[in-house]
Amino acid sequence: MLDAMSDAPDSLVRIRGLRHAQSERVLFDGIDIDIPRGKVTAIMGPSGTGKTTLLRLIGGQLRAQEGRVFFDGTEVGSASRRSLFALRKRMGMLFQQGALLTDLSVFDNVAFPLREHTRLGARQIRDQVLLKLEVVGLRGAAHLFPAQLSGGMARRVALARAIALDPELVLYDEPFTGQDPISMGVLLRLIRQLNDALGTTSVLVSHDVGEALSIADYAYVLSHGQLRAAGSAAAVRDSEDARVRQFLDGLPDGPEPFHYPAPALRDTLLEKPE
Amino acid sequence: MNAVLRWPMDTLASLGRAVLFLFQTMLAVPGALLRPRLLALQIYHSGLLSLAIIVIAGAFVGMVLALQGYRLLVQFSAESALGVSVALVVIRELGPVLTALLLAGRAGSSLAAEIGLMRATDQLDGISMMAVDPVPRVVAPRFLGLLIATPILNMIFIAMALGVAGGHLVGVEVLGVDAGSYWSQIRSAVDAGDLIDSTIKSLVFGLTIAWIAVYQGYHAAPTAAGVSRATTTTVVLSSLSVLGLDFVLTAAMFAA
Repeated sequence: MLDAMSDAPDSLVRIRGLRHAQSERVLFDGIDIDIPRGKVTAIMGPSGTGKTTLLRLIGGQLRAQEGRVFFDGTEVGSASRRSLFALRKRMGMLFQQGALLTDLSVFDNVAFPLREHTRLGARQIRDQVLLKLEVVGLRGAAHLFPAQLSGGMARRVALARAIALDPELVLYDEPFTGQDPISMGVLLRLIRQLNDALGTTSVLVSHDVGEALSIADYAYVLSHGQLRAAGSAAAVRDSEDARVRQFLDGLPDGPEPFHYPAPALRDTLLEKPE
Repeated sequence: MNAVLRWPMDTLASLGRAVLFLFQTMLAVPGALLRPRLLALQIYHSGLLSLAIIVIAGAFVGMVLALQGYRLLVQFSAESALGVSVALVVIRELGPVLTALLLAGRAGSSLAAEIGLMRATDQLDGISMMAVDPVPRVVAPRFLGLLIATPILNMIFIAMALGVAGGHLVGVEVLGVDAGSYWSQIRSAVDAGDLIDSTIKSLVFGLTIAWIAVYQGYHAAPTAAGVSRATTTTVVLSSLSVLGLDFVLTAAMFAA
C-alpha cells in the first residue's frame, strides 16, 4: 500500500513499524506512515482508532511501545526532554477543544509562545500577535477572554497561537468537530491557505471525510490497527476496499459491524437472570 | 496474595509519585520567583480571597473562647488570666490549625479544581506542546502562593481572635475583665518563641495543603468526575493531614 506514497516528495514525518496498544486495545499494529513536506495530509478513520494518539506520538507526548517516529530525521520517542522541547518549537498543535489558557486574554494566548521562546520586545510581539490574529480574522477580538468566544472563534484563536512561531508542522486534531457550516468553511480555507502561504506541512486528523478530503493532498485511512488506504486524496476517495468504502460512504453495517460483540440475542433472552 | 499486596503497593507507588512531584515543584520554585506577576496573582487568589473567612472565623473563635474561658476562670477568681489563656490556645493550636482547615476548604480545593480543569481541557498538554514545562508555569506559582499566604493569614487569625472584635470584645467589653490585665498578661506570657512555633506549624500546614492540592489537580483524571474527585480528595486528605501533623508538631515542640 506504501507504493502509492513512493513517488511522494521527501517526508517531514516518518513512522515505521508502529505498534501501540492502550488499555489492552491494539491501536496500531505495525503501520508505516509518511507525511510529505509542504503538503496537507489527512489521517482518517472511525472514532476510537487512535487518530489523536497518533498526533500525540508525533508530538512526543506519548512514546511508541514499538516502532519509531521520526520528525525531520530525529527520532521523537528517544529524544531527551531538551531536544524534544526543541522539536516542539518547530510544531504547532491545534487541540480538539482549542486548549486556550482560560486565565489569559486572546492576545496573551497568542503571545504566550512568543514571550516564552523569543527575545522580541513588547512592540514586536504586539505586531506579531496582531498579524496572526488578522490572518484568522480575529484581530478585533484580541481583548476578549476564551470564555467569551464561540467554539469556532476559539478554534481560530488556537490556530493563530499554533502558528505564532511559524512552525514547520501543524497538527490538527479533529478541527471540524462541532463547527457550524460557516466556521467549517472558514477553517477549511484557513488550513489550506496557511499551509500554502507559509510553506508548512499539515497533518489533519479527522472523521469528517468530505471536508478532510476536500483540502488534503494525501490521505490515510486507519481502522483496527491497520492502514486500509493510503495515497493521494483522489485515490483514497476511489478506493475499492470494503472497510474504506463503508467509512467513506457512512454505511451503518458492513465489515465494521453495527453490533458490539455479544452472544446471540436468543441465548441472552432465554438465560436465567442471576 | 497478589490482591493482598496490591493495595499497599499501589499506595506506596502513589506516595512515591507525590514525593517526586513535590521535588519537581520545589525545583521550579526559583523559576516561579522570576515571574513575580504570576506569583502575586496566586497570592491574591489563595490569600486575599480567603481573607474574609479567616477574619470572621478568627473573631468568632476568639469570642467563644473568651466566653468559655471566663466561665471557668471566674470560679477561681482568676479572670484576669483570660487574655493569656485565649492567647496561648489560639497562638499554639487553634490559629494554625483552623487557618489551615479553612484554607484547605477555600484555597486548596480551588487550586485542585483549577489545575484539574486545565488538565481536562488539554491546557496542560497545550502548554507542554508549546515546549513550555507546565510545572514552573502553572504548578509552582500556585504552590508558592498558598505556602506564602498561610502564615500571613495565621497571624491575621490570631490578631482577630485576641483583638477588639474577638476575645477583647467579649472578655473586656461584655464580661468586664480589666483591659489592662487582659493585655499585660498576654504580653508577659507570650514570647517570640510561641509566635515562631505558630509560624512553623503554619508553614508546614501550608506546604501540606499546597502539595496535596497541586498533586491532586495535576494528576486528576481528565473528566468532570476526575476533577470533582480531585477536589474532594484534596479537602479530605489535607484536613486529616493537618490534624495529624498538628499532633506530631505539638509533641515535638512542647514535649521536651
